Amino acid sequence: MRKSARWGIGIGGILFTTVFFLVPFAFIFTMSAKTGPEAARLQFSWPTEFVLWENIVAVFQARNYMLIVAFINSFTLTVFSVALMVVFGAMVAYVLDRRKSRLNGLINAAILAGLIVPPAVVPTIWVMQSLGIFKTLFGLILIEVAFGLSFTILVMRAFIATIPREIDEAAIVDGAGPLRLFFRVILPLLKPTIVTIVVVQSIFVFNDFQNPLYFLPGDANATVQLTLFNFQSQFVTSYNLLFTNILVITIPMLVMYLIFQRQIVSGMTAGAVKG
Amino acid sequence: MHSEATARPKTAAPRAVARHVERSYPLWFYIPGGLVYVVLFIVPTLLSFYFAFTRWTLFDSTFVGFDNFIQFFAEPGLIGSLKNTLVYGVVTSASKVVLGMLLAVLLSGPIIARGYLRSVTFFPVLVSAVGVGLTFQVLLDPFNGVVNQVWTAITGADGPGWLTNPDLALLSVAAIDVWKGVGLATLIYIAGIAAIPNEYFEAARVDGAGAWQQFRSIILPLSFPATSTVILLSLIGGLRSFDLIWSTTQGGPGFSSDVIASVIYKQYQAGFYGLSTAGNVILFLVVTAIVYPLSRWLNSKETSL
Repeated sequence: MRKSARWGIGIGGILFTTVFFLVPFAFIFTMSAKTGPEAARLQFSWPTEFVLWENIVAVFQARNYMLIVAFINSFTLTVFSVALMVVFGAMVAYVLDRRKSRLNGLINAAILAGLIVPPAVVPTIWVMQSLGIFKTLFGLILIEVAFGLSFTILVMRAFIATIPREIDEAAIVDGAGPLRLFFRVILPLLKPTIVTIVVVQSIFVFNDFQNPLYFLPGDANATVQLTLFNFQSQFVTSYNLLFTNILVITIPMLVMYLIFQRQIVSGMTAGAVKG
Repeated sequence: MHSEATARPKTAAPRAVARHVERSYPLWFYIPGGLVYVVLFIVPTLLSFYFAFTRWTLFDSTFVGFDNFIQFFAEPGLIGSLKNTLVYGVVTSASKVVLGMLLAVLLSGPIIARGYLRSVTFFPVLVSAVGVGLTFQVLLDPFNGVVNQVWTAITGADGPGWLTNPDLALLSVAAIDVWKGVGLATLIYIAGIAAIPNEYFEAARVDGAGAWQQFRSIILPLSFPATSTVILLSLIGGLRSFDLIWSTTQGGPGFSSDVIASVIYKQYQAGFYGLSTAGNVILFLVVTAIVYPLSRWLNSKETSL
């Protein structure tokens, strides 16, 4: 490509992304630094009085520190459900790839169903109620695992297929049992896809609104996304606090993305697309 | 001679392999994931086919036959959601394919600030649908919103009520969905384009192919696996979409942007559990009827490439 084209397209891209992608973010940021009356004008302008910190404090204090409880809930939910998804999913993907059994067809069908079929909401509540896990964080963790498992298995399986069986053989010859072989040899080799799965599924679970709404209702165990909705009704005119809340709950995912950015594309290349 | 040499180990090996396979790759590895999946996903799905035919209070249910479905298809507000779901799914997924590929081609080229541009395009994916929905509700405010302020500054006329005009609401939400999701489509395409061997481009350049010819003859066909991934993921997501619609319009104004998923929630809230579950069954049928044949077809095209 000619030098002028590299610059031309690059600058065009910067202009385009600035208008379409950066302006909404700048808007969120400036709104959350404004005072209530100024934010209510909904304008895209630099705040005349910069009160971001005061707004952050106010958002955390609101409704008896509800946001802190929500953050604890959301982190617990995300960490445990994604960890279980990775371990359970890798176990299935691994045996599915390595062992030809009569179950393979059935399991492949189940994975496809898990990707396509929308969860049946009220019957799920009914089942959870019978098990005594409705309205519990534990129940919601299992829900996220059940709904996220298919995608995890699909991405991991394509990657496991690229791991040579000689590695398994070597470990078996060295006397490793199935658990040791899996947890000590295979799982560490899956690191590239695990990073991709962790990032993608964490974003999904942390940002999930629908499942907590249905399966974990109530203010006491709100997740961060539900606080957002409560805020909207409580501070009908407090746009500054609403946007501060959006900003505060986006930061964890933004930080995670910036850390793992490079690994995500390579993990995707290895798993989802090549498969 | 050749066949004999390979035939002998073949008869002996499978048994030995089978034994070590059974020991090293135990079937019980399926159990932890399978248990969670069957109990919380398969069982409720199967139950939905019964409860959809009942009047249901969670504690007891009376069988009412096709009443729920008749009601669903008779009420304009409910049947409208079916059409909206289809429009929403097709519009969002088609736009994500086109824009995602376009952005990925640009961001795969040797342009300046590539890493920065890739990150910025992905940022919206990191914000929750609720956060995005509430932000755009403010940006698209008919009177004070930034979008219409700019609109007025350019055209001199008042901008439309993006989310309050019944003709526009659904498409506006779809546009917000594209804004939020195109980063993921772009990422998948970037991965797909990165997987194309460089030799093809070199050979094309030697033969004097221009940028457009390289795109037509190399990128477009060889990134097909990425295309089918993007189509399927965004279509499934679009047909099931709830979060964004709920946080922007709540299905309104009227029922103009109601989709099946928001109808399911409204009926659930109102305590009509049987009707809500019937909505689930309809959504199940719609998504499966569209996505399953499509995925088979895309797969067959993929292998024939």
